[in-house]
Amino acid sequence: MTNWIDIGALEDVPARGARMIKTAFGCVAVFRTGDDQVFALDNACPHKAGPLAEGIVHGTKVTCPLHNWVISLETGQAQGADEGVVNTYPARIEEGRILLDAACLMRRAA
Amino acid sequence: MTQNLVIIGAGMATGRALEHLLDAEPDAYNVTLFNAEPRGNYNRIMLSPVLSGDKAYDEIVTHTAEWYDENGVTCRFGEKVAGIDRTAKTVTAANGDVVPYDKLLLGTGSNPFMIPLPGHDLEGVIAYRDLEDTERMMTMVEGQKVVVIGGGLLGLEAAAGMAARGVDVTVVHLMGHLMERQLDEAAGYLLRKALIDKGITVKCSANSKEILGKDGHVTGLLLEDGTELPCDLLVMAVGIRPNTALAAEAGLAVGKGIHVDDQMVTSDADILAVGECVEHNGALFGLVAPLYEQAKVVAQTLLGQEAAFVQKEVSTKLKVTGCDLFSAGDFADGPGREDIVFRDPARGVYKRLVLEENRVKGAVFYGDTADSNWFFGLIKDGTDVAEMRETLIFGPAFQGGTPLDPMAAVAALPDDAEICGCNGISKGTIVAAIQDGATDLAAVRTVTKASGSCGTCTGLVEQVLGATLGDDFVIPAAQSMCGCTDLAHEEVRRLIKSKGLKSMPAVWQELGWKTTCGCHVCRPALNFYLLADWPVEYQDDPQSRFINERKHANIQKDGTFSVVPRIWGGITNPDELRAIADAADKYHVPTVKFTGGQRIDLLGVKGEDLPHIWADLNKAGLVSGHAYSKGLRTVKTCVGTDHCRFGTQDSTGLGIRLEKMLWGSWTPHKLKLAVSGCPRNCAEATCKDIGVVCVDSGYQVSIGGAAGMDVKETELLCQVATEDETMEVVAAVTQLYRENAKYLDRIYKWMNKVGLDWIKDQIDDPDTRRALADRFELSQSIYRKDPWAEHARDKAETYQPLANLTLEAAE
Ligand code: SRM
Ligand SMILES: Cc1cc2nc3c(=O)[nH]c(=O)nc-3n(C[C@H](O)[C@H](O)[C@H](O)COP(=O)(O)OP(=O)(O)OC[C@H]3O[C@@H](n4cnc5c(N)ncnc54)[C@H](O)[C@@H]3O)c2cc1C
Ligand code: SF4
Ligand code: FES
Repeated sequence: MTNWIDIGALEDVPARGARMIKTAFGCVAVFRTGDDQVFALDNACPHKAGPLAEGIVHGTKVTCPLHNWVISLETGQAQGADEGVVNTYPARIEEGRILLDAACLMRRAA
Repeated sequence: MTQNLVIIGAGMATGRALEHLLDAEPDAYNVTLFNAEPRGNYNRIMLSPVLSGDKAYDEIVTHTAEWYDENGVTCRFGEKVAGIDRTAKTVTAANGDVVPYDKLLLGTGSNPFMIPLPGHDLEGVIAYRDLEDTERMMTMVEGQKVVVIGGGLLGLEAAAGMAARGVDVTVVHLMGHLMERQLDEAAGYLLRKALIDKGITVKCSANSKEILGKDGHVTGLLLEDGTELPCDLLVMAVGIRPNTALAAEAGLAVGKGIHVDDQMVTSDADILAVGECVEHNGALFGLVAPLYEQAKVVAQTLLGQEAAFVQKEVSTKLKVTGCDLFSAGDFADGPGREDIVFRDPARGVYKRLVLEENRVKGAVFYGDTADSNWFFGLIKDGTDVAEMRETLIFGPAFQGGTPLDPMAAVAALPDDAEICGCNGISKGTIVAAIQDGATDLAAVRTVTKASGSCGTCTGLVEQVLGATLGDDFVIPAAQSMCGCTDLAHEEVRRLIKSKGLKSMPAVWQELGWKTTCGCHVCRPALNFYLLADWPVEYQDDPQSRFINERKHANIQKDGTFSVVPRIWGGITNPDELRAIADAADKYHVPTVKFTGGQRIDLLGVKGEDLPHIWADLNKAGLVSGHAYSKGLRTVKTCVGTDHCRFGTQDSTGLGIRLEKMLWGSWTPHKLKLAVSGCPRNCAEATCKDIGVVCVDSGYQVSIGGAAGMDVKETELLCQVATEDETMEVVAAVTQLYRENAKYLDRIYKWMNKVGLDWIKDQIDDPDTRRALADRFELSQSIYRKDPWAEHARDKAETYQPLANLTLEAAE
């Protein structure tokens, strides 16, 4: 079952940027691309847990602020020669609001 | 007996429905047609050509008086329907007439939305919807001023139409680029350029505050930033709202529009609706293509036939001459998407396709829309494009593929574009020299001097050689900036200047970037080049900065930050120290350390606390130390004449003056200075980017030192007699470095490339030196400010989590 929750306005996240949200199971980074797609990923790089929400967003990728690993926002996969994957969560925009799937966010605790 | 059909609204949708109805069964209904406008159905979308003078109103009439007559339609034009009585099944006209119906068709269209700004009800504030609005705009003549609020389809057509009549038009748009719903930034940039060429002034990211008036008539528009735009007419084209008032009053189900089912029937079985006034499955409509589909369905429903309306993709074209643009489908939302981008800077062409699972989902074209229908077909049909993927972007005619031309940007430069900045040599001069027989770099250099000085334009000169000589010249491969472009840093820098590129999308388009929006390697560099070259025009882009510079603090390995307040010239006092100590206590700073730069580092501050700790430090007069920036870091000093028995000059005072002049400036890499009071050099000035050593006769300024990964001793740039001259030399050499160096080159690396002699030549020439210092000062008039204060005041919210779901999850 999906349970979409409203976490804020699209305009609160800068284009080509991200904001972090807190959950009981850790922080999730919510990204907005240059063409207004939104993605949600665990806010921890598979390399050394760098906060991905602080990275540079380009296309549908983010570059980790600590050691420049490039992570796909769509799949959570590290790009290029680096190996690792970050959890991703369903996210969408409805009438200018960002919605995340709460059911999915909780499931990762289990 | 023939049934009565009453239609409310003689618009494009009901007009089409009527045609279908009469074609199929001319005698099925007795039709009465009401229209609030004092005329029948005309082609509303052709109002723009009427406005620009390309067409007359007569040419856009869809149904003439004769047509209505021949088809037995009772016309009640200029009459607004005031009410519907669903029990009695009648409608009431504005004059009180009551007309019975068996079936009622609503086609009331939409109302233009008027932003309720103060002054919106002044005379001379209009929308753009009907012939009256068009005629009003046509009264504007050459020399009169019009402001159009809204840079969407309608606003731009209105602006272009009036500009074609010689009217002075300014478009004010809230968003960062034009037509943001249909276009991405790159296409928006090209469109803006084309409109500016038509003489239209375009203001993006501009928020309207108040409409100004005198004696009840509009006189201008005031923007949030204080700009006043005088005008004789103000057109608001900011969107439309379905016209649902009549339906809502009659008790029909209404959401954002009048609810209809697949058969176009409202919540009342005898009342149907069609056009912009309806809401179908949550969607609203603002373009005619789907309305025509609805018209077909509503006619069939009225005739008792089976039909269902299905929503399809829509596409947009702009009907402004000279602006060829097309957008279709959807290029937002949803994972698994991929872009194919093609840019031809020489022809001003931009094409972008959005793919998902080998199907085209969306397309944006600018400059070449010849194949747009073919692509629109691919989108609508969901064609699998896996086979043609490689060459897809080139269109249907394409077989085989021409590679992108790396020289397109240079080939497109006009003859007067400056290639060699040092010697002021334009492209035309170089081309002439090549044609006269200078067929290699050395020859061009000898004949024209181009690339003979600092040498940073070498790559460009080679490209001009390549573009002029074709295959006869092989361009040596230069290291490109990153995977997004084949151009090297130096070339990009020069082209930004010679082509006057003042925004990131301008660079991406004009220099043929291969990605939609760059990457983490090129974006920070471009952001620096743009702000260094156009300090006044360009707006810094935080999203293109590494986190440290975006959040004005150094990120630590655990995601916390360090905070280093500026300690001017290394001099502090008990109040500042107390404030630092208090802040360390209050925010539980785990480590307080003296840095190697004569100041104090508070390490381990939580991201959320940053705006608060800054606000506290600000209260004690402390500002950002920019310990995180590719910009001025520290100016170390020694105690100098104030206390030291060997001091020759006031090294501390000069250091503080220098730091106050330089702080806040962005540079290609970090910039560190030191001032020592005598050659004993206690401030280690000879291993800084710029070092000043005081001597009896004045000040020795040397540059190119470093003590990091490379250890370098500075080399003497010049010796001057006074503090003021020292200030000017330092400002000038800093600006020279800002204007010419490659991003992430410290001064010593840049110096190795251009040579100390060339730098000396610039600084020794009093006019060049002064001009450089003046340009530095101009830039500093914008950047010499405390980012901490600014963020603590305006952006504190963005440092907090967007949402806190810890409670929710616990439930
Ligand atoms: C705090 C400090 C060390 C200290 O505890 O003393 C320091 C700390 C850092 N230095 Fe440094 N450097 C500090 C003085 C120096 C010095 C000495 C000096 O300035 O007199 C040098 C050698 C001099 C020089 O720059 O030539 C120095 C050479 C570097 C380098 C190598 C630069 C190079 O071009 O080779 C880096 C790496 C870089 O910038 O790319 C670096 C980078 C860093 C960074 C910013 C690493 C980073 O990117 O995260 C460190 C930030 C730590 C933090 O989280 O706060 N730091 N660093 C010093 C801050 C000075 C200040 O008040 O602003
Ligand atoms: C300048 C301009 C350019 C456009 N360009 C394009 C384009 O290039 N491509 C495109 O696809 N679309 C374009 N459009 C949009 C297109 O014109 C509309 O989508 C279309 O006209 C809507 O048709 P409609 O029948 O729903 O409403 P309308 O054509 O607006 O007709 C509604 C009619 O109902 C009348 N009415 C309302 N209430 C009452 C009442 N109570 N009693 C009696 N009458 C009433 C109104 O006076 C109006 O005449 C453009 C629109 C404008 C204004
Ligand atoms: S070495 Fe020179 S500058 Fe340094 S403290 Fe002594 S006199 Fe002053
Ligand atoms: S932690 Fe992300 S790259 Fe190292």
